[in-house]
Amino acid sequence: MASHLSYGRVNLNILREVARKELREFLDKCAGSKAIVWDEHLTGPFGLIAQYSLLKEHEVEKMFTLKAGQLPVADVKNIIFLVRPRLELMDIIAQNVLSEDKHRSRRDFHILFVPRRSLLCEQRLKEQGVLGSFHHREEYSLDLIPFDGDLLSMEAETAFRECYLENDQTSLYHAAKGLMTLQALYGSIPQIFGKGESARHVANMMLRMKREFTGCQNPILPVFDTLLLLDRNVDLLTPLATQLTYEGLIDEIYGIQNSKCNSDKFAQKKNNKFGKSTCSSPLQGYLKMAKLLVVSTEVVNKKFRVSSPLISKESFTISAHFKERHNAKTVGEIKQFVSQLPHMQAARSSLANHTSIAELIKDITTSDEFFDNLTVEQEFMSGIETDKVSVYTEESITKKDPLIKILRLVCLQSVCNNGLKQKVLDYYKREILQTYGYEHILTLNNLEKSGLLKLQSSSRNNYPTIRKTLRLWMDDVNEQHAFPPPPQGVNLQPASVSPASTASGKRIYLTIVSMITNKHYFLCMPGPIGQQGENRVTLVFFLGGVTYAEIAALRFLSQMEDGGTEYIIATTKLMNGTSWIKSLMDRLEAAPF
Amino acid sequence: QMSKTRSEEEEYWNSSKFKAFTFDDEDDEFTQLRESKRAVNSIRDFVDEDEDDIEKVSWSGDVVGSKSYAQIILRFPHNNSSSHSRKRIAYKALVCFFSETQAPGKCAVLSFLCFIVGRSKPASLYSLSDGLDQHKFLNTEKAKPIKDFSSDWSPEDTVRRMQKGKPYSLERFRSLKDKLLLLDEAVRLHDGNSITAVLIFLQKSLSKEVLLRELETRQVALEHFIHLLKENQDHKLLQELLRVLGRTEEVALLQYREYLNIKDENKRKEFLKSCIGLPFLPEDMAHVQDHYTLLERQIIMEASDKRVEAAGQVEVFKKYPRKASILNMPLITTLYYSCFYHYTESEGTFSSPANLKKTFKLSDKQYLLVALAARAKLREWREVDNLFTTKNWLGYTKKRAPIGFHRIVDILHRNNAPVQVLQEYVCLVDDTDLRLNLALKYKCHSVVIDVYKDLKDRQQLMVYRCKLARGSLEERKIDDILSNTQIRWKN
Repeated sequence: MASHLSYGRVNLNILREVARKELREFLDKCAGSKAIVWDEHLTGPFGLIAQYSLLKEHEVEKMFTLKAGQLPVADVKNIIFLVRPRLELMDIIAQNVLSEDKHRSRRDFHILFVPRRSLLCEQRLKEQGVLGSFHHREEYSLDLIPFDGDLLSMEAETAFRECYLENDQTSLYHAAKGLMTLQALYGSIPQIFGKGESARHVANMMLRMKREFTGCQNPILPVFDTLLLLDRNVDLLTPLATQLTYEGLIDEIYGIQNSKCNSDKFAQKKNNKFGKSTCSSPLQGYLKMAKLLVVSTEVVNKKFRVSSPLISKESFTISAHFKERHNAKTVGEIKQFVSQLPHMQAARSSLANHTSIAELIKDITTSDEFFDNLTVEQEFMSGIETDKVSVYTEESITKKDPLIKILRLVCLQSVCNNGLKQKVLDYYKREILQTYGYEHILTLNNLEKSGLLKLQSSSRNNYPTIRKTLRLWMDDVNEQHAFPPPPQGVNLQPASVSPASTASGKRIYLTIVSMITNKHYFLCMPGPIGQQGENRVTLVFFLGGVTYAEIAALRFLSQMEDGGTEYIIATTKLMNGTSWIKSLMDRLEAAPF
Repeated sequence: QMSKTRSEEEEYWNSSKFKAFTFDDEDDEFTQLRESKRAVNSIRDFVDEDEDDIEKVSWSGDVVGSKSYAQIILRFPHNNSSSHSRKRIAYKALVCFFSETQAPGKCAVLSFLCFIVGRSKPASLYSLSDGLDQHKFLNTEKAKPIKDFSSDWSPEDTVRRMQKGKPYSLERFRSLKDKLLLLDEAVRLHDGNSITAVLIFLQKSLSKEVLLRELETRQVALEHFIHLLKENQDHKLLQELLRVLGRTEEVALLQYREYLNIKDENKRKEFLKSCIGLPFLPEDMAHVQDHYTLLERQIIMEASDKRVEAAGQVEVFKKYPRKASILNMPLITTLYYSCFYHYTESEGTFSSPANLKKTFKLSDKQYLLVALAARAKLREWREVDNLFTTKNWLGYTKKRAPIGFHRIVDILHRNNAPVQVLQEYVCLVDDTDLRLNLALKYKCHSVVIDVYKDLKDRQQLMVYRCKLARGSLEERKIDDILSNTQIRWKN
């Protein structure tokens, strides 16, 4: 069914099938025709699990988006609300249900909470006097959603905020639950490594959950050899810096949601390249390819050049295939050629898309603006002038650049300097509040609480020391080091690349290597260790979010021949610096309803 | 539906072994309080048939609001159970009841209770008098025959049932100690949903003082409770809680945040004024104060400018009608507005830029950048010039700026300044390379020529000459320089 999930050593299709089965079972509980009212945020993740065809087979005739007011007309027996457990959504549902009763003949209401039933929400429904209207109130525990053959995400946007701002560790509980489901399907993971406080929590919860199931031994041979739990809090730096890999850049510039990138955004910029066919269709197809593509970023005349050897190689192969038609002489040959056409057409259109995307990205990465921003980021990360007010940041504030950009820079500087000096912090705060409005006091407060922005506590800034010991930064590409050669901005041809251009890529790579190779704070071994050495599979779980650049670095590690370890990546949320900061901002906008 | 529930209940009561207050899947966990009350009432119905079992006790006025508990105890039926276990239930309920009651009459009631208990079954007296230790009580009960009862009672099982979405009841946790055990168990499993459910139950069944006191020592539960109050928008209790905890800055910020919900600007202003006294951190305090002052100022400006604009007498308002109200705009935007519409006003007026600068202690740099942008937008180049011109004591004038001149050039360029104006500032850029780059970028020919001349770069001058219009002043300038024999060219 979903071929993109089964090419790796771990067939994540099994997980998807289980999720589908659960969904089918729920749909069948509500006998008769049905309409689904969607929480908009869920349609994306659900698209990865089930297409409309599956829903249709189970008598889903209509689908609506959850909106205040009256439900649209639909001649169905059941109305199913598919929602996240959010109070504001409960109010809308209540409104829907209440206005329904007055107008039409009775339809049966059901509510399916994703991923968890919430007592708080049910209480709200009760207060609104509609709780009794629901025949089925259930939960659909879609904890880990397979995004790709090596990528799982919980898509819990607020996980980091909850853990570090609100001290609510429910998302960790869900992570542990998701891991238990995974173990039920793929066997118990014999080794758990972890780094950070959240990681310890999750490991403990998993052990406890396991103890409760002691009755039934899992007979499945473990597919994963090791689980590595990484707390986002351990590395706050990486997401704040601009990602420089292909997928990462697409995400930074256009935003990737649920493996899809709204191609309208591309179309707006270059309306010629994208026909109707791609405008609404998911980018999934070509993002699938994106991770195989390797983009090298190179500084030429202080400008970035995005080039992709694989794009050109692929285009060569495809055009060669198309040329074959001239050689096709016999009817059999022509027939064979024609039979390959659809595949080739698809490959060609995918390639065309990638070429256009690469071009669009190039336009941006070659701009002065992008370069200046990157230069400052890299200066911060190499510890240059991190204890002073940055002229670039200050200028950006004067220009009234987007607030998130400013916050990203200020937080980056704070993390790189192990906190800002009182004077510097006060200066930034003042400038931000005066330029963007005093109400952002609340956001700044949130950033301080979650540790992204802080006051330097000791006079000593220990980031340079950490940087050196962990070798997070490489000034010389040819330097001999214990790790495998770093990807050059995830580039496979290291020779000709200037170090400054790709330092960020290397840093991420090295951070990850150092995280997965040394200094684990704890280790627990719930079971006997399976095979050693060759062909090991490690599940790396980023608690609090992961960026595409980090994923690329792990994929690079997977691809390396001598390593022999395949990495499967799981996370609470696929994110970038912008979406991360956004999730931590005070919700200033008033309730939409 | 009522009658259905009633008949179910009856059947249930008649067949079960004290599996009280468990409701099946269809039932709503939140109706439990009401349900149990109904259950209690229904007990009275069939108890009445069995007169013998009613122990008639009248309670003193000390025990306020606890009549239903009393009824549970006194009117408990013993349909399918021995009188032994029935009594135990009664004690249990009483114990729970008492450990929760903070009433002054507690002691009196307790002795009365002991009297009853002592008379009917002395053996139980121990567990009862043992500091009302419900947990111990529970343990002593464990060995006794009614197993399902005690296992259902445990906090572990209950929380587990909650997590698995199975029906459960929190009702049976009556003593403070039990309730806290339940809470601790939910916290131990980190499941926010269960923690929240227990907290809702505790909020309903405990007095505010007791709940807050107990939460103080339970950090995780406390944070969940704060979150719950935020979600429920129970700001009153939330603020009270934070105040008790000494987290006063949070109280202040929370209170301050409320202003966002106030639409009317005058009410908003008054609200902000009331915030000034709140216990903010000192640096936040200054910002909140400024926020109030700014809004106050904006209200005055808005009212007056609206009038002026409508009257149509003032040139700048006629030429550049205001696009939006200045209310609730950031400070820098307000300063820009002021520099745009009220530039010439004296410091004494509220709307003047000078007054804003002074009131909000803006730096020269901030002021300059904004004034520059505003005056450049109006193409008032002379005023732009005045911003940077200083006279020394000899009467010489000189251009000075608290920021690099390249930034001034940038702002001027963004406001479409003509080359003549740009040129004046480009040549003030200190760094030669930067000056040359800017001059090339903005086509300030004479600056480019001067730089090449200073660099003694004949080659570049000759190359540049080709780019200029034939017979232009600049071309002639280059020719003059090239023919100057005094210059020692480097190439």
